[in-house]
Amino acid sequence: MLKVNGHVVEVDVPDGMPLLWVLRDELKLTGTRYGCGVASCGACTVHVDGVPVRSCVTLPEDVEGAEITTIEGLATREGRAVQQAWAELNVVQCGYCQSGQIMSAAGLLAANGEPDTDVIDDFMSGNVCRCATYQRIRAAVTRAAELLGDDI
Amino acid sequence: MTVPLSRRSFLHTASAVALVVGFSPRGALAVAPADGGYFNPFVKIDSDGRVTVIVKHFEIGQGTSTGLPTLIAEELGVELVDVAFEFAPSDVRRYANLLFRSQGTGASTSMANSYLQYRQAGAAAREMLLAAAAEEWDADPSTLVLSKGMIAGAGRSAPIARFVGTAATREVPDRPTLKDPATFSLIGNPRTSRRDNGPKIDGSARFAMDVQLENQLVAVVRRSPRFGGTVASMDASAAGGVPGFVNAAILPSHAGVVVYARDTWAAFQAREAVTVEWSFTNAEGRSSAEIRTTLLGAVNAPPEFVVREGPGVDGASARLDRSAQTVEAEFFLPWLCHAPMEPLTCTIEPTSDGITLHDGCQSPSGVHQALAAVLGLPMKSIRINTLYAGGSFGRRATMTADYIVEAGQAFAMTDRSRPVKLVWSREDDLAGGAYRPAVAHRVRVGLDGNGDIIAWDHRVAGKSIFKGSSFEQWTVRNGVDHSSVEGVPDTLYGIPGMFVGLTDLESPITVSWWRSVGHSHTAFVMESMMDMVARAAGRDPVSWRLDHLREGSADQRRLAGVLRLAARESGWDRPTEPGRARGVAVHKSFGTYVAQVVEVSRDAAGVTAIERITCAVDCGVAVNPDIVRAQMEGGIGYGIGHVMRNEITFDKGEVVEWNFPDYEPLRMSDIGRIDVHIMPSTAPPTGVGEPGVPPAGPALANAIAVDGPRVTTLPMAQNGIRFA
Ligand code: FES
Ligand code: FES
Repeated sequence: MLKVNGHVVEVDVPDGMPLLWVLRDELKLTGTRYGCGVASCGACTVHVDGVPVRSCVTLPEDVEGAEITTIEGLATREGRAVQQAWAELNVVQCGYCQSGQIMSAAGLLAANGEPDTDVIDDFMSGNVCRCATYQRIRAAVTRAAELLGDDI
Repeated sequence: MTVPLSRRSFLHTASAVALVVGFSPRGALAVAPADGGYFNPFVKIDSDGRVTVIVKHFEIGQGTSTGLPTLIAEELGVELVDVAFEFAPSDVRRYANLLFRSQGTGASTSMANSYLQYRQAGAAAREMLLAAAAEEWDADPSTLVLSKGMIAGAGRSAPIARFVGTAATREVPDRPTLKDPATFSLIGNPRTSRRDNGPKIDGSARFAMDVQLENQLVAVVRRSPRFGGTVASMDASAAGGVPGFVNAAILPSHAGVVVYARDTWAAFQAREAVTVEWSFTNAEGRSSAEIRTTLLGAVNAPPEFVVREGPGVDGASARLDRSAQTVEAEFFLPWLCHAPMEPLTCTIEPTSDGITLHDGCQSPSGVHQALAAVLGLPMKSIRINTLYAGGSFGRRATMTADYIVEAGQAFAMTDRSRPVKLVWSREDDLAGGAYRPAVAHRVRVGLDGNGDIIAWDHRVAGKSIFKGSSFEQWTVRNGVDHSSVEGVPDTLYGIPGMFVGLTDLESPITVSWWRSVGHSHTAFVMESMMDMVARAAGRDPVSWRLDHLREGSADQRRLAGVLRLAARESGWDRPTEPGRARGVAVHKSFGTYVAQVVEVSRDAAGVTAIERITCAVDCGVAVNPDIVRAQMEGGIGYGIGHVMRNEITFDKGEVVEWNFPDYEPLRMSDIGRIDVHIMPSTAPPTGVGEPGVPPAGPALANAIAVDGPRVTTLPMAQNGIRFA
């Protein structure tokens, strides 16, 4: 039993299958991406009780009973602000890493409403973008914090 | 939005009720013929006024799905947000890339070859709609205007939808009048937003990795740990215990074993359980250190091929002998993996008369032919559904269509009743070849007593990308694969006494074009050398370069232009803060001129940080300036990250790097602010996907060398430079 994006779902998967593949291959929630499988790129980031985690190294049994949120279910204030800022600043290029970037950024802002550049760099450095959209991500996180301050 | 599109259905829904403008196979403007015929649609306007642009190049993040619709929207007179787009189906005859003679995206050509075609199609549609309105209103067409999707004039106005039916029956103007660039409202507008933002931000964008078809099998391949190795025998009995495992089979090429399973995770697990005996008779067994020694030996010996004769090899050495001063260096640049964010994958789905390939396809026509051969199907039975690609940097379009052929073979070995999705893991990607070839350069420059260059002896060694491929006839002349040396013999600097030689390396390690191809190493070497020589001559690096760009060609003027712009914007003439240093590099590639200034700091412990990068680019008309900026930012990040710390190495022929932790990508904390300045221009647009890459590495090396070591063996982090 997992609680994903507010729905309780029954999953029957072999032992050891990480949450990433449960989401993608079993539940067909493909917005959560595979990039490395070893917690090194952040493409697979989801929220567990609001906190960003790497789903590729998370086992379903460890998050049973918790609220799992994927990009498809992201509806927090922070999430909306981040998505708005991402569009305003034309952050995306190929887009493949961006679900993970957005989940990380929304998680960061939920914990710290006014992160400075060092905090942003530090927190977001777990998310790789091979298209190197970093400077726009940095600016968009700051912009999202501003939007939250304006209480969108 | 990326609705799969077959040309037939596109034209079918278009017939009679829509205006479809495109090009005939001869390249003349045309409307869709009633029978479909051979026709190449670029824009469709439905009877309800909906405008759809057919994007003939794929989207890897470089913005073609924004840029091409911008051209149509501008000329037609509609808002960009009102234009939908679809990716073109595979069809060489219809969508041949003018510069490649096949349909594909690469070498930063999308905008260059489409600029006029798309504008003409949009302008033709505009004139046809205006003519239809003029007829209905009994007005002079020249008094009518089409703007924001409305036709107005003669005291009336109406949406374009109203005239679509009539317009579709009209002759296409031969030479529609294109808008005067001075009146552009969308082309060059810095405020246009990307068309693919929405689905990439809410997670709904469909990448090839996201294909989930009923009953599909996931296939992974166990490949030879050494390039050129083959399967001698295989035992999959232990895989039987892995839940979800379906089958395993040896590829017909014997290059590996395909493992089929119910889902991705099961496939990865089952693959681990398969045991394979390999035959390494023809395999690469050397370590990277040995190959490096071979390459460095080659650049210190007479070259296999003469690339630029100049004074000849003897003449160059005679000039060096009589030089007042010589500057020499050996360079080694390692193998590099593209490592696009989305690992390679595609899915082959059986259909009633053949198959559909679901892929983030970079070169549909090459793939189309390769698949037809593997599957023994006629071309018409193969449909390609182009999805978003999670980056490519050249990797998705190898000369052999490697992963697509592999998928075809994996599918062909089944009973062809179920879709087969081939998935590469990140580990497969890093060990999977198609690398930027490792190269060595050796350069000796002679200066006379006045500090002027009198000799430049330049030797290059590396494996050719194009030899043995179907592109060989276009890219190899007199034994020289131009992509091995591009940027050296054709340097825009006026360099007297220049001799260039090349020696090919033979190795089974597969190599391919990597973002900016040969320029990825030649610019590093040329721009490092120019700095070293400027220093030896006691000159400022910027004015030294400008002095070698004074022969008056447009090429030189444009290169000098971006160099001056980057210098000015970076504050080149002002001293840096203490503890900081600046380096510069400038290079032309793919028709685009780029200069960059990198500013670094070094702390007391000797740790280097990249503080700021200033970039100036001349890419002709910047159709979408924000995308130009984004491509420069991305190219700089890609170029600098690899120069900082990436390499693929081999231990007895086996790739050492297994995943991101030891092929550590550039991360946000690695790089400070990037400012991009676009040179105003009326020249036709040129590519921006690759040209941002080449100057980034040498500009960094030049900054570090100001009061630190001169790095000529890459990557830097493995050769003495500590980064923050
Ligand atoms: S896929 Fe999970 S961190 Fe890379
Ligand atoms: S946008 Fe391509 S990897 Fe981040």
